[in-house]
Amino acid sequence: MRSVLSRQEPAPPEETMGEPRARGRFGEYGGRYAPESLVEACREVEEAFRQAWADPGFRNTLADLLAVHAGRPTPLTPARRLSQALGVRLYLKREDLTHTGSHKINNVLGQALLATRMGRRRLIAETGAGQHGVATATAAALLGLRATVFMGERDMERQALNVFRMRMLGAEVVPVTAGSRTLKDATSEAMRHWVGVTGEAHYCVGSVVGPDPYPWMVREFQRVIGDEARAQFAAEVRTGVPDHVVACVGGGSNAAGTFAGFADTAARLFGVEAEGGAGAGRGRLGVLHGCRSLFLQDDDGQITEAHSIAAGLDYPGVGPEHAHLRDLGRARYVTVGDEEAIGAAVRLARTEGIVPALESAHALAWVIRAAGSGELAAGSTVLMTLSGRGDKDVSTLKELL
Amino acid sequence: MTNPTLAAGAVERHLRARRDAGRGLLMPYVTGGVTPGWTDHLRAFAAAGADAIEVGLPFSDPTLDGLTIQQASQTALARGASTRRILADLAGTGDLGVPLVVSTYYNLVLHDGPEAFCAALSRAGVGGLIVPDLPVHEAGELTDVAAAAGVEVALLASPSTPQARLARIAERSRGFVYAVSVMGTTGERAGLAASAAELAGRVRDVTDRPLLLGFGISSPEQAREARRHADGVVVGAAVMRRVLDGAGPDDLRAFLLTLRQALDQECDRPR
Ligand SMILES: Cc1ncc(COP(=O)(O)O)c(C=O)c1O
Repeated sequence: MRSVLSRQEPAPPEETMGEPRARGRFGEYGGRYAPESLVEACREVEEAFRQAWADPGFRNTLADLLAVHAGRPTPLTPARRLSQALGVRLYLKREDLTHTGSHKINNVLGQALLATRMGRRRLIAETGAGQHGVATATAAALLGLRATVFMGERDMERQALNVFRMRMLGAEVVPVTAGSRTLKDATSEAMRHWVGVTGEAHYCVGSVVGPDPYPWMVREFQRVIGDEARAQFAAEVRTGVPDHVVACVGGGSNAAGTFAGFADTAARLFGVEAEGGAGAGRGRLGVLHGCRSLFLQDDDGQITEAHSIAAGLDYPGVGPEHAHLRDLGRARYVTVGDEEAIGAAVRLARTEGIVPALESAHALAWVIRAAGSGELAAGSTVLMTLSGRGDKDVSTLKELL
Repeated sequence: MTNPTLAAGAVERHLRARRDAGRGLLMPYVTGGVTPGWTDHLRAFAAAGADAIEVGLPFSDPTLDGLTIQQASQTALARGASTRRILADLAGTGDLGVPLVVSTYYNLVLHDGPEAFCAALSRAGVGGLIVPDLPVHEAGELTDVAAAAGVEVALLASPSTPQARLARIAERSRGFVYAVSVMGTTGERAGLAASAAELAGRVRDVTDRPLLLGFGISSPEQAREARRHADGVVVGAAVMRRVLDGAGPDDLRAFLLTLRQALDQECDRPR
């Protein structure tokens, strides 16, 4: 047994953050709730991923791409001045230093390579903050694929810089005008589009959401964050593993990748959601975009719109594995509001010389709050994934500060 | 089970009887709550010779619907439509003489739980259910409780469905099998996709359950052509575009009559 937790079901004990159970289940969550027209495509992705992930050749090629193109390994940076002020020892896993500026590139290089292996010449993707879209456009350029990125109109306004970057990289950016004009609607539109092009295009899902095998596959592609951090932390600190591991949660991919490296340790795991997009915190059981998980809904079962200053956290649900980790009590999910996140972004800029993405600033804001309240014991170690850099957010911040 | 008709529910018995009488089946669709007097459309459908009627419960994120039905769903939700209200409207409509089939996304089924949801359908006089994001391998949670409540869950088959899976779908499906004519979303199309005939043929190979072709069927010509391959058609976006453009029950009846006639002519055609 790798964890101290027991399950109520009589089923054989599930390895925490291992392979999902039959039919892509994490506890009662996950699954493949896709239109019949997409089921075969999902099955093909699963089969291709299983083979690729078991193939040292694929793994080596991916590791090489991650090293020479994405700039891995990313450093583990002690936040010295901030740590002193907070009374905890805070270490930042620097996904902001990857090529394209966020952890999204890890997953996309994996999926783009997989797409090539499957003979697909086209990638389609949805994006909120634009980071997943930029990563997709980048990987497509690198591997000679075409990319089509669906993005809510509202997000296109907020993240105009990333829209330009995607277009410069040769991707087609399709504005989505339905609903809240954010990530949720861009995801719906990408799925609709995928139905018509399953034979030629790979749908490169940007987080640990969507139909099986995406939540599992994306977590495995993001596991590199946690695995690297674990080794780096062990080299850095005598205790070997951090007391607390913290990451922000939109769909939950950077958190899942980070947690995966520490699932079998005693580290306490914390996922930080935006107050207005707290799927794990305030969501209820539902099915959206192909998976069974926790989603914000009204009393009639309609999915409600999420709100966050960080476009990447503006999703009304969380990936199924997070819902499961929450039920198990293995990870805790907490929330932070816009103002607190902005304050944390400024504080990191001024104490460590790092301008974080507003998504990551949510994670930091909670660390600051929890250190202040004593929830993070004085002198304890905290590993926080800095999922991306703040360049994309400077125009938002400029208007507010 | 040697005789599938013995086990069939009301929807399937009705459709089988009409098909066996040589009739091409017509199932028009309307989004529940889309206009103030929306249940008048149901009467118009019945008057035009519908053999079953599909009523959509609008969902905020209809991932398998094209623009027309997305817009209809948004319009209905903006008017305050909900599962509860639409079923209350249906319960108040009285017997239309044809079976009612509700379609919606699985989130709305899970919201109150499959058991309560199916019981509510049953109380409202609904005999069938279509859930486009609930493929056969996830359907077990719903199909058993639906059967207990007397609700027939019709499963969808797609051009991309492999034959072995098609057999499972045909076997688990109740009422009819819904063949999705094209790899795409709902919405009007200029012609019937070639994939429609191919899929219908493959479904035929594994079942004699009533087979309806849907997605994209928008004109009498397409209905006539679809009828050559299947037992009948589902017509959604073509109806809803008219509704969104302001068509009333009389306009819809006139439109559906053209489809009815096309189906009837195709039946009379010597084979
Ligand atoms: C920098 C950054 N961090 C975090 C996220 C949230 O996504 P996830 O929870 O899947 O890691 C995003 C999403 O766009 C992002 O761009």
